[in-house]
Amino acid sequence: MAIVYQRSKGLADIETHYCPGCTHGIIHRLVAETLEELGVLGNTVGVAPVGCSVFAYDYFNCDMQEAAHGRAPAVATGIKRVLPDKVVFTYQGDGDLAAIGTGEITHAAMRGENITTVFVNNAIYGMTGGQMAPTTLVGQRATTAPLGRDKSHAGSPIRIAEMLATIDGAAYIERVTVTSPANVMRAKRAIKKAFELQIEGRGFTLIEVLSTCPTNWGLTPVKALEWLNENMIPVFPLGVYKDITKEA
Amino acid sequence: MAKGRVTFRQDWCKGCGLCVSVCPKKIIFLDESMTNRKGYHPATVKEMDKCIGCANCARMCPDSIITVERE
Ligand SMILES: Cc1ncc(C[n+]2csc(CCOP(=O)(O)OP(=O)(O)O)c2C)c(N)n1
Ligand code: SF4
Ligand code: SF4
Ligand code: SF4
Ligand SMILES: [Mg+2]
Repeated sequence: MAIVYQRSKGLADIETHYCPGCTHGIIHRLVAETLEELGVLGNTVGVAPVGCSVFAYDYFNCDMQEAAHGRAPAVATGIKRVLPDKVVFTYQGDGDLAAIGTGEITHAAMRGENITTVFVNNAIYGMTGGQMAPTTLVGQRATTAPLGRDKSHAGSPIRIAEMLATIDGAAYIERVTVTSPANVMRAKRAIKKAFELQIEGRGFTLIEVLSTCPTNWGLTPVKALEWLNENMIPVFPLGVYKDITKEA
Repeated sequence: MAKGRVTFRQDWCKGCGLCVSVCPKKIIFLDESMTNRKGYHPATVKEMDKCIGCANCARMCPDSIITVERE
C-alpha cells in the first residue's frame, strides 16, 4: 500500500492547543501543505496574530514572527520590503483583521503589498471567550450580545473580501470554507493560488476562510459545520471577488 | 473499489468526530472503551477491509493525525 495522505512537513511535530474540532487546525494544514508543495518552507516568514491562533508561530515549520493585535499586515510589510525574496504571509482572525486591524489590512491592500493573508472568519472573538465581532451575524448570540447581535445599534456584519476587492492594489481575493472534504480541497486551491501569485510578484492576496468556533458557538464540532453552512454562507457568499489574472 | 488503510495517532486525537462524520463507509468511531492521555475517546476503525482510502477523514482532521494508504 502507498501513502496517499499524511501530515504535512510544513507543520511542526507538536500538538496544537485548539479546541476539539476547531477548524483553525484544518486551515493550518492547508497553509502548511501549500508551502511544502511550493518548496518554499525554508524561504517563508509567517506573521502570527493575536487571537486563538496566537501560537501559530509554534505550529508552522517556517520562520514566524508574532505581531501586536491587528498589526500583522504592517509587520509583514516591513519584512517583505526588507527581504523581498521571502514568501511572507499573515494568518489572522476576524477580531484581529476586521476590528482592531481594519486599518492595517486595508492599507496593505491599497499599497499592493506583495504578501498573502489567510483570514480566518469565525464570526466571533474566540480567544477571549466569545465576544461579538464585526463579523458576528445579526441575531447571533455572543457574551457581549446575550440576546443576539442587534442591528439597530451594532450594525450588520462587515464583508472583508468584498470590501478589499474594491481596492486596486488587491490582486487576488477569494472566500472559501472548510466544512466538507470538497470544500477543504477548494480552500487549498485558493490558498495555493494566492501564494503562487505572491511568488510571481503580482501584489496583495487574501483568502478569507469561513471557520468554526464550536466552543463559543456552543455547538458540537459537527453541528458547528452545519451552522456555518446554513447561517454564515448566506451572509458571506463563497467565491472569487478579485482576480487580476482574469482582468484585461 | 480501491482498498485503503487508515492509521490514527491516537494519543493526539481530540475525539472531535469530524472524521466520523465524513467517512462514506461509516467505519470510523470514537472508541469509548479507552481514553487517551488527553482524556478523549480516540477515533478508530474496526472493519478496515471496508476502507476505500478516499482520505475524506484525513482532509477533515483538524489535528492532522490521520495517515491514509491505498493499494
Ligand atoms: C491591543 C489588544 N486589544 C485587545 C486584546 C484582547 N484580544 C485578544 S484576542 C482578541 C480577539 C480575537 O478574535 P479573533 O481575531 O477573531 O481570533 P479567534 O480567537 O476568533 O481566532 C482580543 C480582542 C489584545 N490582546 N490586545
Ligand atoms: S475558542 Fe473557538 S476559535 Fe478558539 S480554539 Fe476554541 S473553538 Fe477554536
Ligand atoms: S479513507 Fe475514506 S473510507 Fe477510509 S476511513 Fe477514511 S473516510 Fe473512511
Ligand atoms: S478528526 Fe482527528 S482529532 Fe477529530 S476525532 Fe477524528 S482523528 Fe480525532
Ligand atoms: Mg474570530
